[in-house]
Amino acid sequence: MKFRAKINDVGCLNHFTRVVNTITKLTKTCVLRLTVDNMYFVLSGKVANGGVSMWCELLQVNFFEEYQLEGVSADANEICLEVAPENLSRALKTAQNAKSVKIKLTKKHGPCLTLAAELPSLSSINRIVTHDIPVDIIPKRLWHDFKEPTVPDFDVSIYLPPLKTMKSVVDRMKNLSNYLVVEANMNGEMNLKIETDLVSVTTHFKDLGNPPWGDNASQSQSQSRDAEAMAHARVDIRKLQQFLMGQQVNPNKSMCNIVDKRIIHLILLQEDVSLQYFIPAVA
Amino acid sequence: MDCVTTGGNVKVLAKAIHSLSKIGEELYLEPVEDGLTLRAVNSSRSAFACFLLSPLFFQRYQAPSDHAFRCKMPIKSMQAVFRSLSSLERSVEKCRIELNSEKNRLTVTLHCKHGLLKTHNLSFQDCESLQAVFDKENCANVLRAQPRLWVDTVLHFPPSLEEVNVSVNGERVWLRNHLEDDADPSRAMMTELCLSAEEFDHFAVRSESNITFCLKELRGLLVFAESSGLPVSMHFDEPGSPVVLSVSDSVLDANFVLATLSEDAHQRNHNNNKADRREAQPAADDFMSDDMDSYLIAMEASDLPGDLPGPSHESVPPVPQSSTNHRARLPSEEEEEEEEEQVNQPPNKKFCSLFFGSVLPASSQLTNQTIQGQEVLASDSDNEKQEE
Repeated sequence: MKFRAKINDVGCLNHFTRVVNTITKLTKTCVLRLTVDNMYFVLSGKVANGGVSMWCELLQVNFFEEYQLEGVSADANEICLEVAPENLSRALKTAQNAKSVKIKLTKKHGPCLTLAAELPSLSSINRIVTHDIPVDIIPKRLWHDFKEPTVPDFDVSIYLPPLKTMKSVVDRMKNLSNYLVVEANMNGEMNLKIETDLVSVTTHFKDLGNPPWGDNASQSQSQSRDAEAMAHARVDIRKLQQFLMGQQVNPNKSMCNIVDKRIIHLILLQEDVSLQYFIPAVA
Repeated sequence: MDCVTTGGNVKVLAKAIHSLSKIGEELYLEPVEDGLTLRAVNSSRSAFACFLLSPLFFQRYQAPSDHAFRCKMPIKSMQAVFRSLSSLERSVEKCRIELNSEKNRLTVTLHCKHGLLKTHNLSFQDCESLQAVFDKENCANVLRAQPRLWVDTVLHFPPSLEEVNVSVNGERVWLRNHLEDDADPSRAMMTELCLSAEEFDHFAVRSESNITFCLKELRGLLVFAESSGLPVSMHFDEPGSPVVLSVSDSVLDANFVLATLSEDAHQRNHNNNKADRREAQPAADDFMSDDMDSYLIAMEASDLPGDLPGPSHESVPPVPQSSTNHRARLPSEEEEEEEEEQVNQPPNKKFCSLFFGSVLPASSQLTNQTIQGQEVLASDSDNEKQEE
């Protein structure tokens, strides 16, 4: 198993750092899948995370000038590691003005992802800072847990309002209730609602637009649906807040699929990176 | 006693106090002929800092005629006087520190703009002189650089990191985070920064060595150094002897003396066999703990210095023989060392307490207990108030 990659461009480095920072805000530990074309940060939905799962996909060529991978075997040419994204964030933080950053899979006291940055210095010899981030190698037999999630048969799919706006709404609602209902319809309307014994608050968003989903079976299902009918899911407000809080990457497109009373599926898309986040509904 | 500071020096004085507050909880103040000394020490006696402000630093400097005034006070009370640095800069024109012997108070008066006078009467306790034993001039290794370099370096390590390891050879210096003894090396993130000698104003390494000390205290000095713009020097020897960080100009002299970890803990942490490292890592010393004890005892037997501030001269005991051997050992022998280290007894972490003129047992736990019972002092030879 071998992995070596290098970033020479400061824009790419900053972008990569922002993606990693976003992941760090979402989870303490996640799986890093490395394939020839892509890099994935995966969190599989487990009871421990409260059922939340995440899939973040990066197109490797848009970040790294050099990228070499030799996977576990010829027919399974990928590497799967468990890593704490916070360590990666910390390492990248001090390398922001580096001339180049190299990431390698190495073995020190155990398997590590080693990040070496060449920093500008006062002399002709560069400063080198090296970070060894301990990782766990995930054996092939467990890889099925970390596959790309399928888009669920959603009832409604809608574009999200600006994330900053959503965040400030959710932040204030968090003080009043632990649970929030996200509902939307195929008419571009979305509501965020909380309801307690004392108070209920609803924020209405209009004219958001609904993404066209091509020849998806779900599409036909939602086409036959009454455009005004709301699909809703009641979720733990902290999980939604956590998702909104950490966003450092400005997506070109952001949308939400709702499976009535089951799950909300948030999707943020950008040229080189996409992030999907699933929050299960609670009763 | 009567000292008056004006203009920009008020801020320098304030910064010195803030910097000392990172070391200890009490401020020891002693005006002497050479100037005003401000000192602090931490509770485990493993870090000591001393600022000497010469009479030229002050607009007016009058030491008490009997030269016998020394006091200590909680550093927070002095910090409260100099609390807001930005408003100090803007509004304080003059700062006067005088001893009010009648009321037994130290009066600090800030003369501000528009005729505003802020007077603080601080109570204090009498105390013995506080002076750590260290010999900066005879250290084998000296590095000096602009504070910016040190600050940039320290940035790579998380604020929570307690201890940092510095190792040098003739051309480079490496800084690494130091893992606690009980930390699992396969689970901890390791960071290493490598700087070349060219980045330093002065880089003199006579003996390749590898020391570990507390990062927090270095940051404390950098608080002061960065605002003063003065280069920071680091003087050190082998592990176990203190590292001295100093900053000086024509009117002030600051020394931060920090204890370094003695040898055993090193071998476990810093003998990583990193195959793809480009530069050779200096091999660790192979002091046995027995030698450390004899080293400490030898220090105790040498003459104690007087109670004046500044580097004190003492006969440094001969460097134990194994160090000449280790210099000849090259990184190719690292593999052997790694095997050895696994067989060694569990590392015995000890920050040797700085030698303050009393016998200190080697283990840090014992040291803490002993210190509680002892008064730390290096006093006049004719002072009869020695407590031990």
